[in-house]
Amino acid sequence: MGKTIAKKSDHVNALKSLIGNQIFIPIAALLLLVIFHLIMDPSFFAIKMGTNSAGNAVLSGYLITILDSGSELAILAIGMTLVTAASGGQDISVGATIAIAGSVILRVLCGTNSRPDSLQAPIIVAFLVACVAGMLCGAFNGILVAKFKIQPMVATLILFTAGRSIAAWINNNELPVISDKTFTYFGEYIPGIPIPTPFFIAMACVLVIALVLKFTNLRLYIQSVGINEGASKLNGLNPAFVKFLSFVILGLCVAVAGLIKVSRISTINYSVIAKDIEMDAILAVALGGNALGGGKFNMTASILGAYVIQCLTTTLYKFNVQSDALPAYKAVVVIALVVFSAPMVKEKAAELGKKIKKNKKAGEVA
Amino acid sequence: MKNKNKRSLTKSNLLLIITIAVFFLMYIGAIIIEGQGFLKPQTFLNILNANAALIITSCGMSIVMITAGIDISVGGVAALVSMCCAVYLDFHDGSVFMSIIIAVLIGLAFGVVQGFLVAYLGIQPFIVSLAGMFFARGMTTIVNTKPFNVANEAFVGLKSTRVVVPGLGTLNKLGKYVDAYVEIGVIVAILIVIVFFCLLRWSKLGRHFYAVGGNEQSALMLGINVKRTKFLAHLLCGLLAGIGGYVYFLHVGSGSASHASGMEMNAIASSIIGGTLLTGGVGNIIGTLFGVLSLSTIQNIVSSAGFDQAWWTGITVAGMLCIFLVIQSVIMNRKKK
Repeated sequence: MGKTIAKKSDHVNALKSLIGNQIFIPIAALLLLVIFHLIMDPSFFAIKMGTNSAGNAVLSGYLITILDSGSELAILAIGMTLVTAASGGQDISVGATIAIAGSVILRVLCGTNSRPDSLQAPIIVAFLVACVAGMLCGAFNGILVAKFKIQPMVATLILFTAGRSIAAWINNNELPVISDKTFTYFGEYIPGIPIPTPFFIAMACVLVIALVLKFTNLRLYIQSVGINEGASKLNGLNPAFVKFLSFVILGLCVAVAGLIKVSRISTINYSVIAKDIEMDAILAVALGGNALGGGKFNMTASILGAYVIQCLTTTLYKFNVQSDALPAYKAVVVIALVVFSAPMVKEKAAELGKKIKKNKKAGEVA
Repeated sequence: MKNKNKRSLTKSNLLLIITIAVFFLMYIGAIIIEGQGFLKPQTFLNILNANAALIITSCGMSIVMITAGIDISVGGVAALVSMCCAVYLDFHDGSVFMSIIIAVLIGLAFGVVQGFLVAYLGIQPFIVSLAGMFFARGMTTIVNTKPFNVANEAFVGLKSTRVVVPGLGTLNKLGKYVDAYVEIGVIVAILIVIVFFCLLRWSKLGRHFYAVGGNEQSALMLGINVKRTKFLAHLLCGLLAGIGGYVYFLHVGSGSASHASGMEMNAIASSIIGGTLLTGGVGNIIGTLFGVLSLSTIQNIVSSAGFDQAWWTGITVAGMLCIFLVIQSVIMNRKKK
């Protein structure tokens, strides 16, 4: 074993740099899941062409399900990564804020009547109003975190509890139902396109954030605030504003995710919509190898992480795990992830690795 | 003399005084707005009856928060405890004593695991307890999906035991004297408040909690075992969450996956309203008790004022939490200057 390592040191170095790379973690997790499915049931990867209830030709299969239902998570992961990097904490109110955004969309589209025959306002207007609502929620969290210096998770705990109540209050606790078919285009399929629309929306968001990160200083500012707030202030940045901005961007992401969520079912259920999604979003960021304490971030890894989480969810569903029991399994994954990425454990592992190497060398010499 | 006055009004005391003042103002306000109902001692005792579990879990939360940590798994643990005990009592025909042991063990298990992860592996307490919360909620569903009432005779007997409070009874409409009562949970809660108040005030461990929360580095320099202290704080919080869960179970008498939802939020809010600082090092169990009382009084006012829809409770709690967080933050920022 030792000899082969010595011979192939170049390969080992390449492998090491690959393992050291942040994006390795989600890819490894994905590979693990893929191998698991290949062994258990290869039909997991089958993609079929079929017709849905509306009579459109659409692709179906577990992979398409993952791409479809992972969209909201991917969109949230974008904002969550920025918030995590800038403030060193996570926003746990995203699920509740999705309920608010969704409720706002339905309120604008339905007006006062909860069962309208036609839309009371253009969808784009409803969406823009929801964006404003989402950004206001983000701004509320942002002010508490940036201005009043409250830990992000406690500050967002306020909306986490109140959010669903506010969402119910916006619609007087009624459950508006939209009968217009065009509204379902955002959450299901546009006729003639066999790939679910949420996937395109997610990709559009990814493209936008990629362009923003490429052509603006956002990445630099967020990372420097996350790594050392005092130093970035001395360098002329405004850390409070950068943090605030990251929360507002997350609010925008939440509004987009909210549109997809309500469009999927054309109505809303305040206590169930986007339930436990905050856990998934944090998990996606963690799985992307981003430090939960803030600092450097890797957007690609986060988004990939989001799809891996969705893959895990779909896997669990496939094995008939109840949706209410899902969090228990995911919690185990989170704990495993944070334990492995804890500095203490890393040090111990490195020591152990050295010891093993030493022993091996000693064995060779002997 | 002047100097002494100044010292006596430092952080902890000021926040405690604000809390107690808020509670009495609120209660007097309730009497004025809602009339005679709030004047009856039984109304106050009912608030205690309904919130005994919250008082217990909030004590645990305060201890963790004093060491600058947080634990949002308490609600999930309470739900898991009530479901496990309910299943044990009803399906396995267990004894009440064993069910109490089960509750304590579940609480301790959560405390040990979370405490270990937070203290010895240095993982953020929020992440750990968030995972703990989801794990507990998920496990509750795995243990049993459907909510059900417990019919175990010994348990029902214990549940309906009422401890008469002498001297607080009132005459009812028929002119008959009705005794004021509290449930067993309240007695437990009061005992726990007293024990932990003494623990924090006078024991070595209690002072270590404050030292670690105030400044970890200096605590380390003073020769305090910081990791062990943090671990013990989480352990105590888990234990109290288990006991609180059992008291909650004793109050509602059923098992359900949706039990104690939002309890973690209420516990955190009570601690913060009670003057415990999120940044650690400051806090008081008596303040926490008044925090719970303030919170439940305002909920009672809201529901008796006609806003009885469930969503108003969430909004009021969040609103109060928000106000107190901002007050804290402003006070702390002023201190720094």
